[in-house]
Amino acid sequence: MAKIITMTSGKGGVGKTTSSAAFGTGLALRGFKTCIIDFDVGLRNLDLIMGCERRVVFDFINVINGEARLSQALIKDKRVENLYILPTSQTRDKDALTQEGVGKILDELKKEFDYILCDSPAGIEKGALMALYWADHAIIVTNPEVSSVRDSDRILGVIQAKSRRAEQGLEPVKEHLLVTRYDPERVEKGEMLKVEDVLEILAIPLLGIIPESPAVLKASNVGMPVVLDDKSNAGQAYGDAVGRFLGETIEHRFIKPEKKGFLDRLLRRTA
Amino acid sequence: MSLLDIFRRSKPPTVAAQAKERLQIVLAHERSGRDSPDFLPALQQELLAVIKKYVNIDDDKVAVKLERESGCSMLEVNVELPAPAKRGPAGKAATVN
Repeated sequence: MAKIITMTSGKGGVGKTTSSAAFGTGLALRGFKTCIIDFDVGLRNLDLIMGCERRVVFDFINVINGEARLSQALIKDKRVENLYILPTSQTRDKDALTQEGVGKILDELKKEFDYILCDSPAGIEKGALMALYWADHAIIVTNPEVSSVRDSDRILGVIQAKSRRAEQGLEPVKEHLLVTRYDPERVEKGEMLKVEDVLEILAIPLLGIIPESPAVLKASNVGMPVVLDDKSNAGQAYGDAVGRFLGETIEHRFIKPEKKGFLDRLLRRTA
Repeated sequence: MSLLDIFRRSKPPTVAAQAKERLQIVLAHERSGRDSPDFLPALQQELLAVIKKYVNIDDDKVAVKLERESGCSMLEVNVELPAPAKRGPAGKAATVN
């Protein structure tokens, strides 16, 4: 049975699209047929992060409005088998999304895909509500920083009240915490919230910790999901998170400062 | 007690610890408000208006809270009345307007 996963956060700029691209690609790499949908109508960016911006002809909104077939709007990834992207409109606004319209397309996608990953826009307005309404799983992307943690708590409240599962009294949406931009050195200095603190406050299961890493910007510059950079710690951390999501037991890595050798310290080299 | 302990104790909490504490306080407040139904602010206003007909109280002296426990909800209304009137002109505070 196909599962719908929503990547959400409340706050903007914490790494939802980066995480959607990486997590969706990770699922496809493990052989699951995966579709990533951009719900950020009017501020389309998943296409850029996935490197398929020049291949967008039709979009999600066209399909909702019946102006194009789903198969015309889906973009097949050129690097990874089983991976598809459904871009959104750059010209319309969030009102173009309707609960029934989105539901109909998700139902159609469910027949073909194992996982449908909804990349939510920031905020708790219509776009974000549409992205989380049909969710079976929600991955909450949180930075170890006060405003992000507070907004994550808020969006958790919205999921528990306004998702389809909440409305219909079904088994609740499964929540997962993904801490991104984690800097173990600053944590050790007492400058940044520890992952344990964030966990204690939000009280949902931890899916992964993605370390702050130059690899993320490097990957987005060239339109490559960072999980494909398997030499980078961020890429590996996303790979681990996918494994945990699928039920594997994988120890969390990159949560302690890297031990630097004498020469490294002398030259102040950064990874 | 060693000298080291003295130094350790005088250390102020890290900024991360302050962040955690601030978050815990603000979220405890926001979570309690999240479950309260929409009518609470209106109820509070109307209660205030009724009480004001009889007792002259400040606008912020009525607190309305709804608490849910398994099986029942409890509506808690707290009204703080002005200090009992002393003899003389101050006593007017509690008279009906």
